[in-house]
Amino acid sequence: MSAPSAPQQVGLIRRFTNAGATTFAVAAAILVLVPLLAIFAYLVIKGIGSVNWAFLTQTPKPPGEVGGGMANAIVGTGIILAVASVIGVPLGIGSGIYLAEYGRNRFGDLVRFTADVLNGVPSIVIGIAAYSLVVVPQKHFSAFSGGVALGIMMIPTVARATEEMLLMVPNVIREAAYGLGIPKWRTTLSISLRTASAGVITGCMLAFARVAGETAPLLFTAFGNQFWNLKLNQPTAALSLQVFTYAISPYDDWHKQAWAGALILIVLIVGAVAAVRITTSRGMLKGGS
Amino acid sequence: MGVGIEVRGLNAWYGKNQSLNSIDMTVAANHVTAVIGPSGCGKSTYVRCLNRMHETIPEARAEGSVKVGEMDVYGSGSDPVEVRRRIGMVFQKPNPFPTMSIYDNVAAGLKLNGFRNRKQMDELVERSLKLAALWEEVKDSLHKKSGASLSGGQQQRLCIARALAVEPEVLLMDEPASALDPISTSKIEELIFQLKQHYTVVIVTHNMQQAARVAEFTGFFLMGSLIEYDKTEKIFTTPADKRTEDYITGRFG
Repeated sequence: MSAPSAPQQVGLIRRFTNAGATTFAVAAAILVLVPLLAIFAYLVIKGIGSVNWAFLTQTPKPPGEVGGGMANAIVGTGIILAVASVIGVPLGIGSGIYLAEYGRNRFGDLVRFTADVLNGVPSIVIGIAAYSLVVVPQKHFSAFSGGVALGIMMIPTVARATEEMLLMVPNVIREAAYGLGIPKWRTTLSISLRTASAGVITGCMLAFARVAGETAPLLFTAFGNQFWNLKLNQPTAALSLQVFTYAISPYDDWHKQAWAGALILIVLIVGAVAAVRITTSRGMLKGGS
Repeated sequence: MGVGIEVRGLNAWYGKNQSLNSIDMTVAANHVTAVIGPSGCGKSTYVRCLNRMHETIPEARAEGSVKVGEMDVYGSGSDPVEVRRRIGMVFQKPNPFPTMSIYDNVAAGLKLNGFRNRKQMDELVERSLKLAALWEEVKDSLHKKSGASLSGGQQQRLCIARALAVEPEVLLMDEPASALDPISTSKIEELIFQLKQHYTVVIVTHNMQQAARVAEFTGFFLMGSLIEYDKTEKIFTTPADKRTEDYITGRFG
């Protein structure tokens, strides 16, 4: 017995629609890739020539002198991002847990709304807030204040990602834990959060990558520095600031270094995200989800 | 060893809807007791009241007296977490912890309650997996494979092992085989038969043949009330209530 065949014409129209939709999806996917690849390629072309050992190990030379590097800015970015992560990740995950597990009420709605608004606040405004909250009372610019500004920016992204991921954990998993006599707080931390960990880590990395390149909030918090500084309470160089300063300078050599700085910044962000992915996926089990 | 259960005047609500009406039931220690009835009759709610799982649902509450051995489940000083530690539960759908290894799944109830003795834990995990008739199938991949990588039937036996590892006195099973194929189902039923040596088992089922096969006692629920409760044989051959007879002869439900 043969399968009933559809009229020839319907088959044609369906195949045509199918081909059209597939072509559109593929084209859209390629179009999304183009800007990213173009930016990266352009950065490599413009910047790779100035990336050398001196660039990675030396501090900036005075204006007019050729050479020097951004070692202090690379380290400074690392310090500021470390402070930001120490503030943004625990607070973000904590409020995400509250929203998902306890926040089905008015207060939860308020927190959720606030987080969404905070996510849309221009980064320079966050910088001003950190300036008036940290820099003014301390009376000097510092890596710490830069970290606070970026940390605040991380919180809403991390919180909402954590909430979404925890809500995706099926309730039967929580019930299984309650049924074993595991208290609710333990269930949340060791069962729900652990089950959602892959998504929560992705959220943290997104927030991290987003703030890693921020310049505006650092202008009047970390401020920048032409010299080495490893202290949290002193003005500190950051790659994004250094790129900004060099790019608007009148010196050709600084322009080249700005390109190199931007390239290094992107490579470091990609490297950090990849490193976290690899370390966290190592513990994954066969057949786990 | 298992302990008996004494239920007196148990009522339960979801919000304003009363789903259990004054249930009285005495469950014998070290026996299997089945709870049957049509969908929505309150049989799942009933067993979830026995270990205070019912109240984890928002707006759900229960009142009455439940005594499990010496423990007063709804007594004023009773802690639901402690109750659930002593009354294990197996759910309708297998629900292993997906990010944990087979070993960690079984050990979860111990580890997360602060149990630290590694050697004793190894022994308990092995004993529980053997009791759940899963040991031979997983002993070589205890730490390598996730609990979620097992087949449905294996997952359910893993969940049984997980419940047994915390050494409860009573095991509640809420339709434990309804999501499984016939071969896995018969394995679970065999297992239930073995388990009553060590535990008191209460099993909810919508499969009457299953109740007849595994349980010594059977209770028939209808619209939130316990209509009839007797020896399984009696329920299935000469039920006292017309409604029980109608249900087991397939006239409704």
